[in-house]
This record gives sequence, C-alpha cells and structure tokens, in this order.
Amino acid sequence: MLQIDCPWCGPRDETEFSYGGEAHIVRPSDPDATSDEAWADYLFMRTNPRGRHAEQWCHAHGCRRWFNVVRDTVSYRIEAVYRIGGQGPGGSHDPA
Amino acid sequence: MTQPRRLPQGGRIDRSRELAFSFNGRPLQGYAGDTLAAALLANDVRLVARSFKYHRPRGIVGAGAEEPNALLQLGGGGHTLPHQRATQVELYAGLEAVSVNGWPSLEFDLMAINSRLAGLLPAGFYYKTFMWPQRFWGRYEHQIRRAAGLGRAPMEADPDRYDKTHVHCDVLIAGGGPAGLAAALAAGRSGARVILADEQAEFGGGLLGSREQLDGRPATDWVKAAVAELRGLPEVRMLPRSTVFGYYDHNLLTIAERVTDHLPPGISAGPRQRLWRVRAGRVVIAAGAIERPLVFGNNDRPGVMQASAVSTYLNRYAVAPGRAAAVFTNNDSAYRSALDLLDAGVEVAAVVDVRLRVDGELPARVRAAGIAVHSGYALVDVQGGKRVEGARLMALDSDGRGFSSAYPVGLRCDLIAMSGGWSPAVHLHSQSGGKPRFDETLAAFVPGTSCQAEVSVGAARGCFDLSGCLQEGFEAGAAAARAQGFEARPGAPMPAAVIIAQAPMMPMWRVPSWRGVKGPKQFVDFQNDTSAADIALAAREGYRSVEHVKRYTALGFGTDQGKLGNINGMAILAETLGQDIPSTGTTTFRPPYTPVSIGTLVGRTVGDLFDPLRKTAIHEWHVEHGAEFENVGQWKRPWYYPRQGESLDQAVYRECLAARRTVGVMDASTLGKIDVRGPDAAEFLNRVYTNGWTKLGVGRCRYGLMLGEDGMVMDDGVTARLADDHYYMTTTTGGAAHVMGWLERWLQTEWPDLKVYLTSVTDQWATVAVVGPQSRGVLAALCQDIDFAAEAFPFMAFREGTVAGVAARVFRISFSGELSYEINVPADYGRHVWEAVMAAGAAFDITPYGTESMHVLRAEKGFIIVGQDTDGSVTPDDLGMSWILAKNKDYLGRRSLLRPDSVRTDRKQMVGLKTLQPGFVLPEGAQLVDDPDAAKPVPMLGHVTSSYHSPCLGRSIALALIRNGRQRHGDVVYAPLSDGRIVRAEICDPVFYDPEGARQNV
Repeated sequence: MLQIDCPWCGPRDETEFSYGGEAHIVRPSDPDATSDEAWADYLFMRTNPRGRHAEQWCHAHGCRRWFNVVRDTVSYRIEAVYRIGGQGPGGSHDPA
Repeated sequence: MTQPRRLPQGGRIDRSRELAFSFNGRPLQGYAGDTLAAALLANDVRLVARSFKYHRPRGIVGAGAEEPNALLQLGGGGHTLPHQRATQVELYAGLEAVSVNGWPSLEFDLMAINSRLAGLLPAGFYYKTFMWPQRFWGRYEHQIRRAAGLGRAPMEADPDRYDKTHVHCDVLIAGGGPAGLAAALAAGRSGARVILADEQAEFGGGLLGSREQLDGRPATDWVKAAVAELRGLPEVRMLPRSTVFGYYDHNLLTIAERVTDHLPPGISAGPRQRLWRVRAGRVVIAAGAIERPLVFGNNDRPGVMQASAVSTYLNRYAVAPGRAAAVFTNNDSAYRSALDLLDAGVEVAAVVDVRLRVDGELPARVRAAGIAVHSGYALVDVQGGKRVEGARLMALDSDGRGFSSAYPVGLRCDLIAMSGGWSPAVHLHSQSGGKPRFDETLAAFVPGTSCQAEVSVGAARGCFDLSGCLQEGFEAGAAAARAQGFEARPGAPMPAAVIIAQAPMMPMWRVPSWRGVKGPKQFVDFQNDTSAADIALAAREGYRSVEHVKRYTALGFGTDQGKLGNINGMAILAETLGQDIPSTGTTTFRPPYTPVSIGTLVGRTVGDLFDPLRKTAIHEWHVEHGAEFENVGQWKRPWYYPRQGESLDQAVYRECLAARRTVGVMDASTLGKIDVRGPDAAEFLNRVYTNGWTKLGVGRCRYGLMLGEDGMVMDDGVTARLADDHYYMTTTTGGAAHVMGWLERWLQTEWPDLKVYLTSVTDQWATVAVVGPQSRGVLAALCQDIDFAAEAFPFMAFREGTVAGVAARVFRISFSGELSYEINVPADYGRHVWEAVMAAGAAFDITPYGTESMHVLRAEKGFIIVGQDTDGSVTPDDLGMSWILAKNKDYLGRRSLLRPDSVRTDRKQMVGLKTLQPGFVLPEGAQLVDDPDAAKPVPMLGHVTSSYHSPCLGRSIALALIRNGRQRHGDVVYAPLSDGRIVRAEICDPVFYDPEGARQNV
C-alpha cells in the first residue's frame, strides 16, 4: 500500500485516496472544432508507461483535494507531489 | 511410562507444570514450554500425518515455521483451527489435536493405495487425467478434495475477537534471534522507535535450541540480559508470538500477533490474534535461515528430520527424537547435532558425509568421541514404514554423480538427522521487491539489491557464525537508527562468541538413485509430495520456466512456500535442463510467510461492522410502523408498509392507489443533496448539466440531466435556485457521492477560475414527499406562511416557510406525476415534521409508501431511474430526452453526442412494453428478440429495464431498451425466459399514465 504525501495534509495511507488516472489531460478548448479522432483521443487514450507517470489523486477521505503525483510504475516510488496548476518535475504542468 | 523420550534433565521446559493434551483422541502429557511437536516426540509419537497425494506415513521433520508434515487440526467448534504447524503450537492444558489426512484413520489409511499406484500418479496427474470431459470436473473435484484434504474449515461463526493496530516506527526488526536482538539493542539505545517482532514465544531464535556460548556462558544468558535491557527502553516495542508475514510497498509490513492462541479456548485474556500494520522507516530482516533436507530414497519416513531440529528438541525441549541416530550431511553444521545427540545419551550409529575430505574442527571432535564418520558416502534408502528402522549407504564416486560401490551397506538407526546446508530466509526481501541472488560459495540464494529501505542481516543474509550475526546486527541496527536521525549511544560491548572454523559444504541437490527409475522415491517437497523424478519429468515434458514447473509439480505450494524444497527443486531442474542455478532462478516469494487466519485479516470488520449503515432521521418511525426495508447503497430505505397479512403486491397496490386518489407520503431523505454557492454557480451548472440554468429565476426549480464526458447519462435530479448565487442540487440516492466527487474534480482541476463552493448536505436535510391530489390540503394545514394556491405556488417552484413550526424549504416537484410537495427540513426535525404530516393527513387517510410504490408510480409516468433504466451506455436521445439538450452552450459530454457511435440510427432506445397477457409481469433483465426460433445465436434487440404491475392501469407495464425502438411502437417482440416460456409484448410509448401531465398541474 502506497504512502502518499498529500500537499495539503501530509503523508497518509493510500486507502484515504482515490486514483484519477493520467494527469495533464487537456480538455479541448473548442470541442466543436475538435475532430472525432482528436476528441476520442482526449476521451479514451491514455499513456501506459513503464516508469515515470504523472497522475491525479484525490484525498477523498481527507481534505478532498485533487493533486498531481509523479510515480514510477515499476518501483512505485513517488518522485514528486504537486498541486493542480503547479509545476511538476521535468516541466510537466497543468494547462494555464 | 509417560513421555518415554523425555530426557531426565535440561531443556527450557517447566517440569513442575505437566499439561494433559490429546492427539487423535489419545490422552498424552507434556510440559509447559513444550510445543505440540515436542510433546508428541516426547511421547514417541512418530506418525503424525498422511501425505497429500500418496498418503505415505509422515512424521515431524522440523522444529519451526518450515514444518511440512505435522499440520494438525486444533480444537473444535467455532474455535477450531486447521493446518496448524505442531512445531509452532505452544502446548496448553486440554489441547486437542487431530491429524487431517487419513481415512478411515491415520494408522490404517485406505488411500495409501495411492502409494502403490505412484507410477500412475505422475506430476501433472490432475491436469492429464481429470480435465476431460470438462463437465465432469465438479465430480472429480469433490473426490480429490476429500482424498487430499488438508484440514476442515469451521462450520460455525468464529466466537473469537480479532484486532488490528496501525503504527509507525523508525526501525522494524523482523526476527529476534542473535542478529535481531543485536540490531534492536543498537537501534533502541539511540532512542529510535523500534519494533522487534519474533514468531516464537521467547526471544533468542536459534540460540534457544543450541548450546552456543557467549562470553564463556550459555548464550541464553546474554539473550536474557538483552531482552531485559530492551524491555527497559521506552521507545522499543517487543512483540513475541508475532510473525512478520508480509512486506508491501513503501515499507508497509504486516505482523500477525498470536495474542492468546497459547491459552485454552474460552479464556478471555484479550483478542485471539492481532494484525499489526506497520509503516517502518527502516527494516532490518533478521529472519534466520532454514536447514535444507537432503534428497535421497525414502527420505520422508517418520524419523528423518532436519539435524538442527534434532538439536532443538534435545537442547530446548529435552526430548530425544530417537534411540539410535544416523547423521547425514554435506556440511559441518550437522556435526553439532551429532555432538548434541551424543551428550544427550543418544547412540550415534554413524555420520554419513557426502564430502570426500572431512577435516574440519567439528568433525574432528565427533571422531574423537568415537563416532564413525563415513566420508564420501551417501544414504540411498531408508527402511521402515511408519518409523525409520534403518538406512542404507553407498560410496559415491569422485564427482558425487554415481557410486563407486556396487551394493549398499546397512545401518541400524531409528532417527536420521539430515543437513543439506542452509537457505537464508529471503522471503521478506523477495516480497519487498528484491531479487534474491545465488551465492556459489554458500550454494544458496541470498538477498540481492534492496528496492526499499531494508537490509538483511545474520543468517538471513547468509552469515552462519554467531559472531558475524551479532556484529551485523549491531551495525545494521545503528545504521538504521542513524538513517532515521538517531545517533548511536554506547551500551554493553558485543559479547564474544567461540569461533569454530567451518569447512566448505558440498552441494548435493539429489543423491544419485541407486536403482535408477526403480529406486525408492526421493522427495523434494514433502508437503506436496513432489519428488525429484516429478521435477525431472516436468523438464522432459518441456517445462523450462521455474514458475511453470512449480505450478505443474506443486513444488513449494501450500504452507511450505518454498521453505524446504525450493532450492533443491530449482537445482534439480537446472541439472535436468543442463543449465546453472542462477539462470534457472527462483520462484517469487509472496505473502504471507506463514499462513494467517482469515479472522486476523478481517479483524472486527464483521457483522454489523462489516459496512456502514445509513438510516434517515425518520428511520425509527418506519421500523415502529412495520416497514419492510431494502438496501439502497448503504441506506436502509422503507420498501413497503404491509398492513396485517398483506403481501408486497397487496401493500404496493394500496399505497399506489392512495397516492393517485388521495394522498401518500414518502421519506425521500436519502436523495443526494449538494449546496452550490458562489458568484459563478449558474455558469457552473450550465457546464455540468445539459440544459440551461442562467434564466432560472430565484424560487424556481429545474430538472437536470448530467452526462459523463462520453455523452452517457450519469445522473439526474432537481436543482432549486435559492438566491442569485445559491443553488440546492439533488442527485440520485446511489449517485450522490460519485456526483459530488465528479463536480469537485472539474472545479479543482479544469475550472479553478470558477468561484463556486460545493458542500454535501445529504445528511443535514430530511425530505418528506407529500404526494397526491390531497397533498395541497395537508400542506395548507401545516404551514400558514406559504400560499399554496396553484397560481401562487406553481409547479417547479420552491418556497421557504414554516412547516409544523420548523423552518422548511418546500419544493413543488413530482416524481409520481401527481400534485406533490417535498418538504425539506433540518434532519433533526425530520421525524417531528413526518409525524405532523401524518397527523394532518389523517383526515385524508394519508398513506406512507416505500420505494417499491415509488418505482411503480414513476414507471407509470415513464420517468427513468439512472442506473436501472440506464447502464452507462445510454445517451439522452436514447431515452427520448433530446428536449433537455441545450443548443447554445457547451456542457460536459456534449461533443460526444456527435460522435459517429452516438448518432447511429440503430441505437437502443427506451420504449414501453405491454405484455399481450396483461397480468404477466416480465422479469427485469429479460432479453427481447424478434424471432425466438431464429438460429442461434439469436439476434438480441435489447432488454427489459423496469417492470411492474400497475394498480391504476390494472395491468403490467415495463420499460425496455430496444434497438431502434422509437420507430417500432405497435410491434410485438418476444421475451424468451429462463424457464422456457416465451412471452409476447407490444412496444409502446414509455409514458403509460397521464401523458399530458395534467395531474401535476393542478
């Protein structure tokens, strides 16, 4: 079971959190101008890396805040935790 | 004579406390301090089990967690425990133990015929024999389970209590032998928070069963002093009888503490077991090593034991497991056992050593005592059935792969102490993610690179001398504490051990078979009856991967988990495949290290505590008035209110007609309620609902449909505008938490610029729905400050006022199609208002109704229930609800409604169904087809989503999703049922009752 460092509450057991999948998925700003392929890509397609993965977590049974985590999918080591809109390692960040 | 094999003196037992127990109904005696295994051996009980597959007689092999045979059933009734290793069960007065495998009895086992049929029962026997025809598996399985049964599960509820504890510590030390104690001293002295857990009742590990000395005194004296010092350190927690059984991510470890298992059942001295979940800064694994068996003919006979186990029984329990012993070894450590036997007065017939040259210090002492040492020899066979009666040995050739003598020589003995070397207990290291590495010198897998903050020390790392174990323990304990920010503080110096140089061992994975394939069976894994020949067969049949061979031969299955047979099996596989051991590898060790009772994992999460239960503020009234309840998520909701002798159908008939003709009342408190507040609240609702919210005036309500981004219907409900910047949203009962999370996520992650705040207020408000033509009269009688006239308080409006003296929000909305008001009051006043409504409605014969009637009333109107009539693959258009899709704004899911799949013309659409036989109610979920006689697979049109008898229509009604259904009103479709009947039904409009909506606009 992971121990996740909530940026608002500090380290807590994984059971307090819910998983939100890949982070930094950008909702197309003009859905009408978005092709079916691009919309399907936004809806359904996610990376499945072996290694570093930026993902969203929610402290569901705590402060109920969503935030970002960079986690290694092999070792499960958590490399970084940062707030929504914040700057992650390697320049990953949310859309402005 | 009682306890015939008990030595006259010595041991760590309390001879003043004799304990009576029974084995297979036979009364026996032991002493306090005994394990069940020690007491059985003291009573010269050799035969304790029948083996899993061949039903061969089996005896006690080990003295600890690795015991493969003595798996006994303890106690009776709900207290019973199957599969308990007798070597780890502390004896208590009145203990009842029985063998689990042997029919009709252990001594006379009819299934032993399997042993004669061994040639017909090779590896993979089950896969080869019982798989075809597949439909017979159920029959085979029953017989196989009976034949192979390992213990009975209790049939009664467990009367015992189990606890869970969650803790953090700086240093967790797994194992309280010399290395673990040393680590605990070093870490504990620094002031770090330390947990020291050991599976035995006493700390000391292997020292308890040895005659090692430290500082010239028995090593157990040092153990005593160390334990006393540790107990005095305030930050050190000592957990005896506690097995660290699992190592998970981020240094989470689990410990099973057997709190009262050593006491007779029924003594309430705390929980039976306790599960510790420890988040450790650093972990020191001091789990010791397990002595390997040697693989030779009939090496499973009762009386063939690990040499170290023989020493433990002699030294710790003062039990001599035999009268005349042969020692069979490939290393020096077993010579200690020979000396232990000799000093205990047991005859040592010979030491048989596969090594050609034996010139170490320990062998020299054995020779000096006059014991014959046959170097370059191996035992090839064991005589005797239910107990060892002798052994045969042959001279090995120079490389140990054949024999240099033609015939074996006999040796008289009733005990064989074997040692094939030592396997470090790498289980926890492996569980932590580490990959064990093969060490050629030790011929053993040792811990590899650490993946987490852990280190193995002492025998668990492959250090087999006491001095090294202590040194590694002290260093690792200090290093772990330092890493956690605690500086080492000096204490008593490390005690000095007597250093005896040991000569290298000689790997001997399998003694050559002296009669080829006709030779006696050579067991690798006793518990699973896996022989050397089985592994060779698996390799010949094409199995290459060690993980596949494990599953094919069952090697390392069961409670063994690779403790005894693993390395021998891997090596035999490597040899058969002509490759080395490192490239063959080892199987992955998984938790638990030793079996854990289900009760321990469950803890107190049983019965009423299994899942939270939610009750509305009015719940007790429903109970007092005889309601039957149904579970809706965690909620208990009144299902229907039967009067004397009424069935569900009769009660629902009465309740529905009351709501349609006079007035009914329902507890709607379980609806999800979300308070939406902020200057951007209207814009927010515009984005999450399909319809527009900007123009909704204060004091008005609107129905909203919420979609997922994939365009599928996710939730629905009515939202009221309380003020310009304040809305009160309702959701489905089951969807409340999900919707709250969904809305929060969009606000926090995509739209942080919106100034909107959400608060779940589901539990803060009680909701009483007053439904029916007379509802206006009831409300008017209860509330003077709201004008209930139709034009003053129209449909889809809300008013604030005082109902039965309580500040209330009253919504004129309807889920039944009738004139109806939903009164929302703070939950604490829920029952008061409900009772006031009942009193005011008495004049109209007001009738409480439950969820079943609610379902019927809404289905008559064709109102959907999200999650029942939808399943995550239904769009608003599929439901005929395109009218609720705004054209002039974006909202979640809108773009997906334009995807090619969403605009297919043959999508399933919601329709009504009327059975041609009006009294027949279709089962929900029934599949619908055009032609029930069509060739299989029959093309499916869709299925029934809701189906009821409608009291006011006097016939059955159903809602269904049917391919292209809106174009097919008037068509007849077929529902082939599971009982063979085929029911015809006509497709119709889903609104069965009052399609104009006249009844709610009065």
